[in-house]
Amino acid sequence: MVSSSFNPRQLAGFFAQAAPAVITIGLVLVAWELYANHSGVKPTVLPAPSRVFEQAMLNRDALLDNAIPTMRATLIGFACSLSAAFALSMLVDFFQPLRRALFPVFIVSQTLPLVAIAPLVVLWFGFGLTPKIMLVALVTFFPMLVALVQGYEATEVEIGQMLRAMGAGRWRVFMLARLPSALPYFFAGLKISITYAVVGAIFAEYAGAAKGLGIYMLNAKNNFRPDLVLAAVGVSAALTLVLFGLTALLQRLAMPWEQAAGRQAAGKGPQA
Amino acid sequence: MSRLELRHMRKAFGGLEVLADISLRVDAGEFVSILGPSGAGKSTLFQLLTGAEHGEGEMFFDGAPLDDHGRHFAFMPQRDALMPWRRILDNTTLGLEVQGVGRKEARTRVAPLFAEFGLAGFERHFPAQLSGGMRQRAALLRTVVQERDMLLLDEPFGALDALTRAAMQRWLEQMWRHHRWTAMLITHDVREAVFLSDRIYVLSARPAHVVREIKVPLPRPRDPTSTATRQAGALEAEILDILLNLQPSKGHDHD
Repeated sequence: MVSSSFNPRQLAGFFAQAAPAVITIGLVLVAWELYANHSGVKPTVLPAPSRVFEQAMLNRDALLDNAIPTMRATLIGFACSLSAAFALSMLVDFFQPLRRALFPVFIVSQTLPLVAIAPLVVLWFGFGLTPKIMLVALVTFFPMLVALVQGYEATEVEIGQMLRAMGAGRWRVFMLARLPSALPYFFAGLKISITYAVVGAIFAEYAGAAKGLGIYMLNAKNNFRPDLVLAAVGVSAALTLVLFGLTALLQRLAMPWEQAAGRQAAGKGPQA
Repeated sequence: MSRLELRHMRKAFGGLEVLADISLRVDAGEFVSILGPSGAGKSTLFQLLTGAEHGEGEMFFDGAPLDDHGRHFAFMPQRDALMPWRRILDNTTLGLEVQGVGRKEARTRVAPLFAEFGLAGFERHFPAQLSGGMRQRAALLRTVVQERDMLLLDEPFGALDALTRAAMQRWLEQMWRHHRWTAMLITHDVREAVFLSDRIYVLSARPAHVVREIKVPLPRPRDPTSTATRQAGALEAEILDILLNLQPSKGHDHD
């Protein structure tokens, strides 16, 4: 079933959808290139995109070397945050009072300015992986928790009633109805959080790290190399897009009925 | 002996009295409708039966006090309540799965019913790919395959368009004639109640009590022949009259 959802027509449809965004980005790059070359701004202030690309290619080993720790921190931090959010979301779903006890604390955690927190976490936990994981978790944990808890609550009331009338206990109702009902919310949260996660990791590295895109940007800035800063920004954007794309792909695989509903909306379904 | 009997059931939510005094019975193989205005507490009645809520009064099943609710009733909620993420086949086995029947056996028990329910060939479809009428038939299939003693149908066709609803009512009447399920139907559609039922209990507005018990003497199958149609029409008019002349039950002396 899954393989049939990647036919050429859909692929063409995907490119048709992506075209406006690609054209927009292309126009911005062209305008930037023209401005940088003809306005007399120095490349040490505003390098042209062509220069950024050229320098990125020349320094690709260093960029890759620094991208790997960032990726590692992002993924480990996100995995920790996700597991914790999932475990806690189940607890909150089974013991509603917990929600009132915990949510205000988490909301406050979301108001903390990362600029202030990042150096402190590095101060407390050193230059290793731990502070990065913690910062990634800090920025992604609450959005995932909220998405999951909201998702459980989006369960159709009548499905719950029916299951209980069938004799299902709370755990069965959770597994059979509440958990699958939360999937769309889970993936919506996942797509947002995964982009925060990369930013969180870079922020942590910026505050102090041996290696990583964050510290690479800081060093490049201090050496008056905005071209390398922008090259690192490009790498982090590419990482984020890849992670986002993987999330979207995972969603398609995990929720085949969404595709089926989409085909139905296109008007090819049975009538009775 | 009646299959199901309720004696003086009452239910209040906080200070709000929903069921004032409900006494009724359903015999084995009988199709009984509960007809009442919207918000009369008809669904609350089902919640008492399925054990989701507890009220005062006495409930008997086959003469014994009703305690193990889940064992007796198969419940079909107002909307189809199909799980969008399960294929139709897996939706219909849900009740059996909850009962602890293995997936494979549940599937073999459900499979032969698909043709009868007009769903053959749609086992692997998702609910979103089916029309409203087909979804409702799948929901009924999921309900009857549980093989409980009695079906509880809570306005099963309320969400369908008028034409589909009429088709589904005819289909259900025909299915009932073959299977003779003991069934209780909640509805506020007078025509539906008359068309499907052996007996009808007319409920008042909240707090609900039984205003009238009406036998439906129409022959089955309920074909729309001219004599039967006239008879049904007269009965419908009579019931509608009762419903429309219900006094706002504020001053009702149920003590």
